[in-house]
Amino acid sequence: MVKVEKGTFAVKTGLAKMLKGGVIMDVVTAEHARIAEKAGACAVMALERVPADIRKEGGVARMADPKKIKEIMKAVSIPVMAKARIGHFVEAQVLEALGVDFIDESEVLTPADPKYHIDKWKFKVPFVCGCTNLGEALRRVKEGAAMIRTKGEAGTGNVIEAVRHMRMVNEEIAALQKMNATQLKGKAIEYRVPLDLLLKTRKLKRLPVVNFAAGGIATPADAALMMQLGCDGVFVGSGIFKSANPAKRARAIVEATTHFNDAKVIAKFSEGLGDAMKGKDIAELKERLQDRGW
Amino acid sequence: MARKTVGVLSLQGGVEEHIAMAQECGWNSVRVKVAGDLKGLNALILPGGESTTMNLLSRQRGLLNALKSAIKKGMPVFGTCAGAILLAKKVGKRKGLIGEMDLAVERNAHGRQAESFETDLEIKGVGKFHCIFIRAPVIREVGKNVEVLAGFGGKPALVRQGRMLAAAFHPELGEDRRLHKFFLGKVAQGF
Repeated sequence: MVKVEKGTFAVKTGLAKMLKGGVIMDVVTAEHARIAEKAGACAVMALERVPADIRKEGGVARMADPKKIKEIMKAVSIPVMAKARIGHFVEAQVLEALGVDFIDESEVLTPADPKYHIDKWKFKVPFVCGCTNLGEALRRVKEGAAMIRTKGEAGTGNVIEAVRHMRMVNEEIAALQKMNATQLKGKAIEYRVPLDLLLKTRKLKRLPVVNFAAGGIATPADAALMMQLGCDGVFVGSGIFKSANPAKRARAIVEATTHFNDAKVIAKFSEGLGDAMKGKDIAELKERLQDRGW
Repeated sequence: MARKTVGVLSLQGGVEEHIAMAQECGWNSVRVKVAGDLKGLNALILPGGESTTMNLLSRQRGLLNALKSAIKKGMPVFGTCAGAILLAKKVGKRKGLIGEMDLAVERNAHGRQAESFETDLEIKGVGKFHCIFIRAPVIREVGKNVEVLAGFGGKPALVRQGRMLAAAFHPELGEDRRLHKFFLGKVAQGF
């Protein structure tokens, strides 16, 4: 009998690797999911409300209704992700039981634990987690995340925070290259991560798992900007279904993510997309979602 | 002798892993995003990823036709997972995108990510090999001219037809370069 292993770290990170170069789109209905798949999304994120609406409506944001997640899973053949609250391991258990392909332990939902993130090693389903800097990213990897996304500022349509976080991670990885053994040990303590993980990151000159950009991407040029800054792919939340022409914009963002180095292609697909989501200046915000999680 | 060059279709998916592995095998490896990138290649790799995404992206600016015509003219090609789906003649009830291999495949046939797995398989000409299957397709049927090099659960997992090789799994995930060496070695020898 051949030994078959499921839910291993290689199988979890394997799916993350197959998403690279792609666009993962937030969807709240099966209809949205079909539009996203048709536009070339490499996966969809099923949720109750897009971040822009969570922001507007306020209240506690939780895992989506399982009925809705099942409808979305049924509607498309691409991987379906869903969000659980930070630290809410029972929401994660429910999502795993539903059979979603990936769980996002997300700051876009209201955190459920003031101290601990989910122990992701306990699950067979892979997790993606947000980060604003290298230490936060590596703490999530230490907890078993198979994929990272820079947080940006969800629901704003404003790319500045996504850029800030991506640059921060890049700069902190570059800084590791210049450190001696004592400094590296100090950094591992400061970051609260095993030294091995830090040394691995230093050697790879990148995060040890796939890293997407998220939070504020609203245009094809935004997506290409993040790709040129070195991320492996992008999440687009409110940016698609809060715009004037979601199908066309989604398609354009997919092309721009693949051809991120070809300004002519980006120009062509950016033409006549109609209004992008209105967006918000970060200074106007009452609460920054990126500050959730630690 | 000049180093040979393999192109990896770079629309979406696990591209870097193939690029790195081919380089470790002593080959130049380059990304193929537009039809012009196919010029001067000795072989082609179609990586894993989302076949629906690659399907759509390949239909721009003549890339798909250029791929089809290169493969028809005998360009050696290795498709892994989604790449195998692109090569297959039949995908479910539909025609495959490139459709040059006499295979009928079914996407995500093992189920969702929870059913993704790793296991050791015996590969003809290579030996025991650790294989990672991610939301993998199943090769349901193969034509008479298709040689089955490895199987899983009674179904082919690695098949060859002339200069075309297709795997339902991901030999690019992990450290074992033998399958890439096998393919690129065959290319170097002219099969």
